Amino acid sequence: MNERTVAPGVRLGRASFVWRPWMMVVTLLLTAAAFVVFCWSIAVGDFPLGLPQVIATIFGQGERVDEFVVMDLRMPRALAGLIVGIALGVSGAITQSIARNPLASPDILGITGGASAVAVFLVTVSGGAAATIVSSVGLSAAALAGGLGTGLLVYFLAWRRGIDGLRLILIGISVSAVMEAITAWLLVSADIRDVARAQAWLVGSLDSRSWSEIWVALWCMLALMAVVAYIAFHLKPMHFGDEVAAGLGVRYSMVRAVLLLCAVLLAGVAVSAAGPVPFVALVAPQVAMRLTRHPTPPLVASGLVGALLLIGADLVARTALPVSLPVGVVTAAIGGPFLIYLLVRANLRRGM
Amino acid sequence: MITEHATQVVSRLAAEGVTVGYGGRAVIDNLDVVIPPGVITTIIGPNGCGKSTLLRALSRLLKPSKGTVVLDGEDIAKLKTRDVAKKLGLLPQAPIAPEGLTVADLVARGRHPHQSWLRQWSSDDAAVVTRALAMTGVSDLAGRPVDALSGGQRQRVWISMTLAQGTDLLLLDEPITYLDLAHAIDVIDLVDDLHESGCTVVMVLHDLNLATRYSDNLIVMREGAILAQGHPRDVITPELLHEAFGLSARVIDDPVSDRPLIVPIGRTHVQL
Repeated sequence: MNERTVAPGVRLGRASFVWRPWMMVVTLLLTAAAFVVFCWSIAVGDFPLGLPQVIATIFGQGERVDEFVVMDLRMPRALAGLIVGIALGVSGAITQSIARNPLASPDILGITGGASAVAVFLVTVSGGAAATIVSSVGLSAAALAGGLGTGLLVYFLAWRRGIDGLRLILIGISVSAVMEAITAWLLVSADIRDVARAQAWLVGSLDSRSWSEIWVALWCMLALMAVVAYIAFHLKPMHFGDEVAAGLGVRYSMVRAVLLLCAVLLAGVAVSAAGPVPFVALVAPQVAMRLTRHPTPPLVASGLVGALLLIGADLVARTALPVSLPVGVVTAAIGGPFLIYLLVRANLRRGM
Repeated sequence: MITEHATQVVSRLAAEGVTVGYGGRAVIDNLDVVIPPGVITTIIGPNGCGKSTLLRALSRLLKPSKGTVVLDGEDIAKLKTRDVAKKLGLLPQAPIAPEGLTVADLVARGRHPHQSWLRQWSSDDAAVVTRALAMTGVSDLAGRPVDALSGGQRQRVWISMTLAQGTDLLLLDEPITYLDLAHAIDVIDLVDDLHESGCTVVMVLHDLNLATRYSDNLIVMREGAILAQGHPRDVITPELLHEAFGLSARVIDDPVSDRPLIVPIGRTHVQL
């Protein structure tokens, strides 16, 4: 009997895990890459800094001037990119795992559609109530509430003695389409100056983030990640469908409800911090799967790819092009072709 | 009668007055059944008679609206999902694996009920999975993706996963449907091996002759009720086949086993 037929294990005290060297290497490389791009995005600007300077400053070894530029001026934007990227990547990985469909993403669950519709409504409808809402809770928070409400609506509409992946996607697409129609109608009928303001919100952007906003997003993201990390152990059998999962002792309705709620909230954190950034949640898990050669979306790697994609896109948006573009435009432009490249490469390999 | 009494006492799984169905529509009404330990029990019956529904109720996938399913003396509905999974292995109809998942990784999932957040892969797990792979004859396929296997191999792998769960009570829902006859025999021989090694097996089969050949206990159902239960030699008669399936057939001695053989009589090609 060959002992190498099953995966080797690694033990740390009472804990034991499956040893997957390739997954480990890729995850470490992605972490390193995300850190470098993070520092690089801080280094670039009107007052350019060197990478070593940035890293030294982050670890508290920098000069006073550098510290002001790095920590006060540029860190919030870079951190926003990191948080939004991780949140979208993990949210996408969860959604695709639960729906067991690579085309699923939180966008499809109606979160971005709902958030956009509410945001545009509040910006374009100049009335007493709208103005009161915006001034009291802020546009981001109101949009977040709209997104979460729509996510819950999709979940309950898709519920029929349990959640079926395909049904969830179909309902999600329908509800998103309704939300987009509402958004379009609002944009057409509104005053042109309001439309310009609404459009600025509609293409995701990392511009003008403040430390207070970042702290809220960061803590929300960390709390949600803790829940996801705890319950992710039960996600593994769920890739085989409800019945096999139940046979393996998983309370699948509960696990799925908690994970989907986390996915919706993570996407909500992302939307409230940067507006609707398209494509990251869809592409990041697929890229992570192919890089790690894992059959299902790996959560950690998906988050890291999301961060890499988002910060990288923001960097490109600010530097490579003559006009400064919102990050959302670039994520689609980078992510799409890269996914196509991975798919084509896989097809070629299978064809040979 | 003493032996029969003893069987009653140690029976691991039983349904008592169970009414169960889907969304308010009862498929099975007030049904009692005792699964004898250590043998292969096969549930047969026409399409839509409630075979799979009964199996799903016995495995806790469906919650009865009335009555109880008793597992080792306890109401299965009151047990934790995880504790049920440590006692009872379940293989649903036509399960699907993610594309690219290897055989070893699939079978390793069978250890889930024994694992925890911290203890995700112990040397025990590795040993049990290695043994499950060997017992089902799929060790050589361990590194292959499940979707690249033939239907028969794939079914072996799923049974291997159920086996890795380490339970001696296996519930299999149509384990050989969609397989050609050679692969069907191959898989059902494997089920018989597991029975020989001490497992109690409950399964749903469509093929009456294979059910007759391989089971020690047949449960014949019609319209949500049990029509007959017992050893195939006692149960399988032309009258019962007519009553349960509306099938006219002869029952003859199987030339290669000590079981009856069902020869259906159709409208054509019959030379009586």
